Amino acid sequence: MKNIKIKGIAYDEFKDNEYLEKYVEELRSHGVNLVVGALDDLINWGRSNSLWPLAFATSCCGIEFMAAAAARHDLARFGMEVTRNSPRQADVIIVAGTIVNKMAPLLKRVYDQMAEPKYVVSMGSCAISGGPFVNSYYVVKGVDEVIPVDVYVPGCPPRPEALFYGLMQLQRKVKVERFLFKGNK
Amino acid sequence: MNFQAGRLIMEKIKEIILAAVPEAILEDKQVLTVTVEADQLRLLAKTLHDNKELPFDFLSQLIGMDWGDSLGVLYLLSSSADLSKQLLIKTAVKDRQNPLLYTVSDIWETANLNEREVYAFFGIRFINHPDMRRFILNDDWHGFPFRKDYDEDPAINPLSLESKEIVDVAPRIIETPNGLKEEKVPVFDKDDYIINIGPQHPSMHGVMHFRTSLEGEIVKKIDVHSGYIHRGIEKLSEKLTYPQILHFTDRLDYLSANINRHALCMCVEKAASIEIPERAEYIRVIMDELNRIESHLLAWACMCNDLGAITAFIYGMREREMILDIFEKTSGGRLIINYNVVGGVMFDIYKDFQKDTKAFIIHMRESLKEYHRLFSGNVIALGRMVGIGIMKKEDAVSYGVTGPAGRGSGWSCDLRKYLPYSIYDRVEFTEVIRTECDSYARYLNRLDEIEESLKIIEQLVDNIPEGDFQAKTKAIIKIPEGQYFQRVETARGDFGVFIESHGDKNPYRLKFRSPSMALVSIMPLICKGEKLSDLIGIGGSMDYVIPDIDR
Repeated sequence: MKNIKIKGIAYDEFKDNEYLEKYVEELRSHGVNLVVGALDDLINWGRSNSLWPLAFATSCCGIEFMAAAAARHDLARFGMEVTRNSPRQADVIIVAGTIVNKMAPLLKRVYDQMAEPKYVVSMGSCAISGGPFVNSYYVVKGVDEVIPVDVYVPGCPPRPEALFYGLMQLQRKVKVERFLFKGNK
Repeated sequence: MNFQAGRLIMEKIKEIILAAVPEAILEDKQVLTVTVEADQLRLLAKTLHDNKELPFDFLSQLIGMDWGDSLGVLYLLSSSADLSKQLLIKTAVKDRQNPLLYTVSDIWETANLNEREVYAFFGIRFINHPDMRRFILNDDWHGFPFRKDYDEDPAINPLSLESKEIVDVAPRIIETPNGLKEEKVPVFDKDDYIINIGPQHPSMHGVMHFRTSLEGEIVKKIDVHSGYIHRGIEKLSEKLTYPQILHFTDRLDYLSANINRHALCMCVEKAASIEIPERAEYIRVIMDELNRIESHLLAWACMCNDLGAITAFIYGMREREMILDIFEKTSGGRLIINYNVVGGVMFDIYKDFQKDTKAFIIHMRESLKEYHRLFSGNVIALGRMVGIGIMKKEDAVSYGVTGPAGRGSGWSCDLRKYLPYSIYDRVEFTEVIRTECDSYARYLNRLDEIEESLKIIEQLVDNIPEGDFQAKTKAIIKIPEGQYFQRVETARGDFGVFIESHGDKNPYRLKFRSPSMALVSIMPLICKGEKLSDLIGIGGSMDYVIPDIDR
């Protein structure tokens, strides 16, 4: 597929390509307007390379997110170093850490404050399913009980490389989306 | 102080206790245990706190307990002059419907938040406590989760996504001449201007929530809210076997992951009488010190970042990656390395471990000079650290602030010196103490402790003895009945593990003493009268980790 190219990594090296292909098929089932489609590609190229994250870091995974943003791993290579302090300026919320009962309403509120289009990356096993604390009376069993998730990055905590892989998957997802006239697909 | 003199003092303390409270039951266990009736607790506490011989002015741990027929509280006391002197007070209350005890928060300030935590988890309320709201849990939580008869049915406490208004009203029970009186008092004054800092805040070290009332840009009062990352680790542990609990410790204070785990391993090993091979002890201590450097580097990087120096953040994280490389080659993990196990360590060190470690030591020494050149002498940095966030020694002791922060206030509280565990009695290092009591003292303390840790590693790395790295243990580890304590010095201070065992393969009660809780509890005091922007800087200099508080 021509427009989901990630620099330096071949298409086949990614996993879950079937999911993406199905997604594209669904989006294009009513045909794509030539002009709008080309414009979409351009916009998506820009969008996917400047996803501004909001680090919703509650615990250990937040430190690995910091490591990902620091010198060695350098999140800036993906145009994502602009970690926003306000949800209103962010494109993607990276939920890094356990979400508990007391935090869930706040996460929901922060997510609601973000402007569309918005994405969610669930980083680490706690954010995916509750992780090692799944049997606890106070832990939410995965952020997807609270907000919709685009990419899951497993690990406890995931290595920065794993986070990058997840973020590249998100970039691919952004690249195939239709941005203009989203309503009449 | 030699052993004989130490014993004499403890004999004298016993006499003092019996003189004040003749009914007290004294038992010589791992720690001298004093059992008293609930109504004599305060008398005993005051006597011990005020005695001239050896004032027990440091409340290290306050542990809520549920023994089935009664609820109770354990107080682990220590003396600020000599941390190796420990004493445990035990008290219980029979009434499970409306358990009441007298507060000790006026004697030791650190009891304030701890008693609120005990109320949230066990439902014990404390008479004369100034603010009896639940700490950690929401006010409308049904039931007391750490009681043995707690119903964990999620239908009782369903997950709600509605944001709730915070009501700044604190209930309390006070004792009047006409009996007990329940009343409600507002936390803030009527016209206070209140802002929320946290729980989602970029320069908070975790999800802390400070409700801060301001006068212009001067901080007037801080109300600490916590529990946004409470995972119920202690409750979960009660259903797991000891080796299964180990991985929780890494996720408490994830920056001192390995040291926390060392503490729990030692506690279990001591209780189950497991001998550790010499080689494992060496590896453990080297790993602990590497972990401490890693934590201090991150603390330095984040504090500088909070004060506006983003370059420093990049520098600190750069050196930190070198340690993470060593961790990764040894254990496969970076931040959380799951390395200590009961009986030793999980893997042997790799071939080039010594070489890498020595290369790191040389590099780190150079980097420390660079750090000082970059930030320590910077005029702006000095303006935001020197004389800011003054924490007096008495306050540090009363709030139980240990670690580099406590030592920045002139309190000699390094447990590696006072209660040398593992092989710390065989290495030479200096305890870094400063008496300026400000943010800058705490800042410099961390950088100097990195140097001391390097010295410790240097002494050990070439002398790692040959042999096993793990002792053979039984598949199921059972601990004989009793109460066991282990305290270690993490990068943030006195970390404690308490296990009450009833002879089973899982603990009856497990409690972690979190050094970060003390660091946060003193924030309202040292930030009062400072500017709002300095609050963030002071927070950086205290370097607390929130999952450690909430557990």
